[in-house]
Amino acid sequence: MADQPLLQLKGVSKTFGAVHALTKVDFHASSGEVMALVGDNGAGKSTLIKGVAGIYPFDEGKIIWEGKEVHISGPKDAAKLGIEVVYQDLALCDNLDVVQNMFLGREELTTLRRMDETSMERKARTTLKGLAVTTLQSVRQPVASLSGGQRQSVAVAKAVMWNSKLVILDEPTAALGVAQTRQVLDLVKRLAQQGLAVVLISHNLHDIFEVADRITVLRLGQSVRELKVSETSQQEVVQEITAGELSHVPGVVPEEVVA
Amino acid sequence: MSTQETREPLVEDEEAPSGAIGAATVEHETLSDYVRGRIEGLRAGELGNIPIIIGIILIAIYFQSRNSNFLTAGNFDNLIVQMAPIAVIGMGIVFVLLLGEIDLSVGFVSGVGGAICAVLLLPGGASIPTAVAIIVALGAGLCIGLVQGTLFAKVGIPSFVVTLAGLLAWNGVVLEIVGSRGTIVIQDSFVNGIANNSLSDTAAWVVVEGAVALYAAIQYSAVRGRKRAGLPNVPTSLILIRIGVLAILGAFVVIVCNSARGLPYVGVLMIGLMLFWTFITDRTRFGRHVFAVGGNAEAARRAGIRVDLVRIAVFGISGFMAAMGGIILASRLSSVDTNAGGGSILLYSIAAAVIGGTSLFGGRGTIRSAILGAVVIASIDNGLGLLNVSAGTKFIVTGLVLLAAVTVDSLSRKGRESAGRA
Repeated sequence: MADQPLLQLKGVSKTFGAVHALTKVDFHASSGEVMALVGDNGAGKSTLIKGVAGIYPFDEGKIIWEGKEVHISGPKDAAKLGIEVVYQDLALCDNLDVVQNMFLGREELTTLRRMDETSMERKARTTLKGLAVTTLQSVRQPVASLSGGQRQSVAVAKAVMWNSKLVILDEPTAALGVAQTRQVLDLVKRLAQQGLAVVLISHNLHDIFEVADRITVLRLGQSVRELKVSETSQQEVVQEITAGELSHVPGVVPEEVVA
Repeated sequence: MSTQETREPLVEDEEAPSGAIGAATVEHETLSDYVRGRIEGLRAGELGNIPIIIGIILIAIYFQSRNSNFLTAGNFDNLIVQMAPIAVIGMGIVFVLLLGEIDLSVGFVSGVGGAICAVLLLPGGASIPTAVAIIVALGAGLCIGLVQGTLFAKVGIPSFVVTLAGLLAWNGVVLEIVGSRGTIVIQDSFVNGIANNSLSDTAAWVVVEGAVALYAAIQYSAVRGRKRAGLPNVPTSLILIRIGVLAILGAFVVIVCNSARGLPYVGVLMIGLMLFWTFITDRTRFGRHVFAVGGNAEAARRAGIRVDLVRIAVFGISGFMAAMGGIILASRLSSVDTNAGGGSILLYSIAAAVIGGTSLFGGRGTIRSAILGAVVIASIDNGLGLLNVSAGTKFIVTGLVLLAAVTVDSLSRKGRESAGRA
C-alpha cells in the first residue's frame, strides 16, 4: 500500500505502578490492511489499543499519524484523527435502539437544538446497508433484543460511520457462534477493502489467518515479531507468542503474574 | 461533533436484499400491522401504560361504588390539586431513577423550598416581589440538588447515602427556617392562587385544545419529515387516533372542571412541566445522555459523554422540581409548618414514578409516568379519605399498590428477558 503507514507507534511504554504493561513497543497499521495483534493474556494488547484510543496516554514514545507526530490525550482526540475502537464488551447501551447507539455522544441537532432523528436514522440505515448488515428487523429496536453477531455488527457500523481511517476491533468473534463469526469476519474484510486500516485483536489464529495481512506478536509488554500472514504458519505464530525472544528481560517477576 | 460527515455507503453489496432493514412487514406501515406488533410486544412483556390505566379504572370503579362522591366534578378538581405536588416532585425523581439512582432528600428539599418562599413573603418582612421569592426558593432547590449530585458524581459517595444525609439535614433546615413560629401563613395572593384558583372556562378551553393542536402539528411535521427522507412511518390512522383520543380526553377534563371550580392553575402547570421535561428527555442530547448513563455508564463515558456532569445535572433537576413541588404544597395549604416536606410526600413521589412505570433499575421510564402514578396515589388517598378510613389503612393500601406496581415491573422485565427484549 502506501509507503508510509497510517499509524506508527515508536518505542511506547506504559507502567501501572510497578507493573510495566508496555516496554518500548513499536507498532504500525496501514490503510487497506488488516493488522492482527496477538499475544498471551497480559501481553499488553489491551494497554496498547487503549493508549491509541486515548483512554490512558502512553508514558513515553511517539505516536505518528499520517507521517506527523500527534498527541492523543482523550477519546475525543482519537476520534478527531479518525481512530475508532470496538471494544470487546461493545460498549452499547441495551436500553437504546440501534440508531441511538450508533450516534451516542454525537447526536445530530437541528437548528433548534433538537435531535435530528430523521437524519440520524437515514445515515444509520445507509451505513448498515453499506456494510451489508441485513439481518436487523428494525433500526429502531433496542439493542437488548439483538443477537451477538448483530450487536457486533452494530458496534462496527458505529465505528466506521464517522469517516474513520483506523478501526480497532478487540476480540470481535470471541463470544460468537460459527455463522455469526462468519458474518463478522466478512465485515472485517470489507472494511479493509474500503481502504480502512484495521487492527484486529484475537486469540483465534484461524480467524486471523483468514482475514489478516500482517501479524504483530506481543509478549510480556514487548513487541517480539512482526510476521506476514502469507509467509508464516500458525505454528510459528504460536511459537512466537509463547517463547518469542525478548530484547530485554523484564526486571521484576510479578509482571508475569500481574500484567 | 455533529458537523463530522458520515461516510458514504461503503459498498452497494449486490447480494444484500435492498431495503431488508425496515421492510414494511416489520415496521408496521398499516394499523393492523401495528396492532399485531403491539400484541406481540405485550406477550413479550412490553406492557407500556396498560397496567396502570387498568389500575386507575379499577380504583375509580371501586371508590365510586363505595361512595358516590368520588366521581364528582368537585372531587375531580380536588384530585388535580392533591396529585400536583406528588407529580411535580415525581418528575424530578424520574430523572434520578433513569440513572438507576435514588434521591431520598426530595421530601425535605420540597419543605425547604416552601419554607423559603413563605418566609420571604412574610408581611412586614423583606417585602420583596413574589416572583423573586419563588425564584430564590427554586434556586435553593436547584443548588441543593447540584451539591448532592456533585458529592455523588465527583466524590463517589453512593446517591443513597448522600441523599439520606440530605433527608436529615434538610429536615433540620426546615425546622430552623420556620423556627419558633410553628406555622407561617402565606398571604401572598399569587402563591396561594397556584393551587387554589382556576382558569376561566374559556381560558381552559383555549389552553387544553391549543395543546392538542400543538401535539397534532408536531406529529404532522415528524411524519412529513420522515416521509421526505424515505423512512418508514407509523400508520397515519394511528396518529389520527392518538390525536383524537387526546382531544376527547382534554375536552372531558375541561368540561368536568368547568362544571365545578374550573381547571386549577396547578393542573396547567403540571401538564406544562410534563411537556417541557418530556421534550428534554426525548428530543435533546442531554435527555439521550441521561438514558445512556442509566443504561450503560461505561459505554456512555467511552462515547465521550461527560457522565459526571449528566449526573450532577440530574440531581439538580430533582432538587429544582422538589422545590417547585414544595411551593405547590405550601400554596395548597396556604401555609408552611415545621412538618413541611415530611410525612408521606417523599415516598409518595418515588412511588408515583415507579407505579407509573419508570424502572428502578435505570434506563427505562417516561416523565408522564410521574403523572399517571400520582393519579393512582392521589385517588387512593382521596378515595380512602372519603371512606373515612384511618391513616394507617391508607398507608397499608398505598404500600400494597406500590408493591403490585413493582411486581408488574419485575415480571414484565422477566418476560422481556425470556423473549430476548430485556
